[in-house]
Amino acid sequence: MGISSYLQFLISGLTVGSTYGLTALGFTIIFNTTGIINFAQGEFVMLGGMLSVFFLKWFNLGLPVSISLAIITTTFVGAAIDRLAIRPAKKNSTINLIIITIGVSILIRGIAMLVWGKDTFSLPQFSGHEPLHFAGAAIMPQSIWILVITLLILMSLKIFFSKTIYGKGMLACSYDKKASYLVGIDVNKMVLFSFMISAMVGAIGGAILTPITLTSYDAGILLGLKGFSACIIGGLGNPFGAAAGGLILGVLESFGAGVISSAYKDAFAFFILLILLFVKPSGLFGQKSIKRV
Amino acid sequence: MKKFRTDLFSCSGFLILLLVLPKFLTNDYYTNTLTLSWIHAIIAVGLNLLIGYAGQISLGHAAFYGIAAYTTAILTTTFSLPIIAGMLAGIIVVAIVAYLIGIPTLKLKGHYLAMGTLGFGIIVYIFFNETISITGGPSGFTGIPRLNIFGFKFDSDLSYYYVVTVVLTLIIFVSLNIINSRIGRALRAIHTSESAAQIAGIDISKYKLFVFVLSAIFAAIAGVLYAHYLSFVAPSSFGFNFSIELLAMVVLGGMANIWGAVAGALFLTVLPEFLRTFENIEILLYGAILIVCMIFLPGGIAGGIFKIMKIFKREKAVDAEKQ
Repeated sequence: MGISSYLQFLISGLTVGSTYGLTALGFTIIFNTTGIINFAQGEFVMLGGMLSVFFLKWFNLGLPVSISLAIITTTFVGAAIDRLAIRPAKKNSTINLIIITIGVSILIRGIAMLVWGKDTFSLPQFSGHEPLHFAGAAIMPQSIWILVITLLILMSLKIFFSKTIYGKGMLACSYDKKASYLVGIDVNKMVLFSFMISAMVGAIGGAILTPITLTSYDAGILLGLKGFSACIIGGLGNPFGAAAGGLILGVLESFGAGVISSAYKDAFAFFILLILLFVKPSGLFGQKSIKRV
Repeated sequence: MKKFRTDLFSCSGFLILLLVLPKFLTNDYYTNTLTLSWIHAIIAVGLNLLIGYAGQISLGHAAFYGIAAYTTAILTTTFSLPIIAGMLAGIIVVAIVAYLIGIPTLKLKGHYLAMGTLGFGIIVYIFFNETISITGGPSGFTGIPRLNIFGFKFDSDLSYYYVVTVVLTLIIFVSLNIINSRIGRALRAIHTSESAAQIAGIDISKYKLFVFVLSAIFAAIAGVLYAHYLSFVAPSSFGFNFSIELLAMVVLGGMANIWGAVAGALFLTVLPEFLRTFENIEILLYGAILIVCMIFLPGGIAGGIFKIMKIFKREKAVDAEKQ
């Protein structure tokens, strides 16, 4: 295997890794304001892809409009989850809330299956499928789209969290909910926003990935798991760690599939994750948390 | 000693109730569903010791269940070993695997521990799928002999139901004794605060490893019973979804309550069977019921029952005062 095939593995790894990173980003945003792992995060990605296909095929709205509508709809699904399932159970323990998000993911999957059936769907690539050649490796234009959009989202989130009042409010909630409440931050609203933003980020991931990987009603499960592990690789609660964790996971997986065996692709990714956890139990970029008793 | 007697009493009552239950069931299908419920309950009771009492989340218990089921299936079918030997081997293999996995994994905390056990579960699941020459791959492993001990064959579903029921009762009895012992107190101390438990002189890593291996052994017992009951195993029964379902059984039943775990296992095993009449919307309803139960029953089924009992007691007290 020459340099060109390694380059090929790297590019496809980065492409898929970007969407793992976007899913992980969604996990992190909700985890930071609520302390729960949202198991429905993968379903947001699935909805982003499936709704885009739905608006495109059934209403003939054109790609940009369909994708925008899909992202908006998914954002409202995120809001609905917070209002209907999370807020009524706010006083229950974290593990109860996690089981609720598992229920939500099963529910969304069930609805998707009922509406769209068990078929797989695809979206057209954003700018044709003529591959670009670079040092012997073929790059799909869609890969560039995915990488650029991921970077843009990361940058805008960075600005959102450090410059806007809502972003700062959400960060404050993640540090100390009670104190934020005392200084007049509407914690309920911040939780609602965190669900909406992570649904939006997930949906964007789904919409940009669907042209190369296809989607179906149950596509969210594996993406959710990979996103969760990307989060853990990056160190839970650290948005940029999460994105980096996604890229690392994608690249490792792609090399594992190419060099060792594609059948054990997923096992390889999780094996690396386990080794990492044993060596550095707080993730690659996680700080060792100091807790007083 | 008093606790021991109450436990013995409640377990015997439970056993008798379960043994006469099939007499009132009109259909073999009900007996089968109950057998499966009690097999799940065996795992849920062990997982409750780990999650509810010691506070250590595992999302990989389906893997232990599967490893035991496949071990006994392969040994008794491919290598024609006696069934008892196959079952024992299944349990021993799981104990060793759980011990080796537990040492590094239990150093992790919270979500990291969940992810570690989840990763282990997924790796095992992929191996069941990919090692086709040994496990039969995704289409499964067939022709596992039915249980047969000392020449007595458990051919009928009803006789198998009795076996599973007796094993479940034994497991419950052992678990009740553990939680009321020194070990149980140590586990609860670890759940409350690891540092405080350590300062009090509890060897936390030893106890965590003990309860992890014990809960894996319970899952293994369920696994070998399952393999010889269905005489067929496939990877899809031991995947991530089942690990999640097991967690839901524990939480929905009521954390830190052995009987709650049994109730949770019964509820979540019977529910999909019941929902089957609704064909296409069954998954949807399953998700919705899970959400509603968790919102309105934060303490699980056991917590709900306690609440009702409290209300009754209060009413009685009020009545007594009036008189």
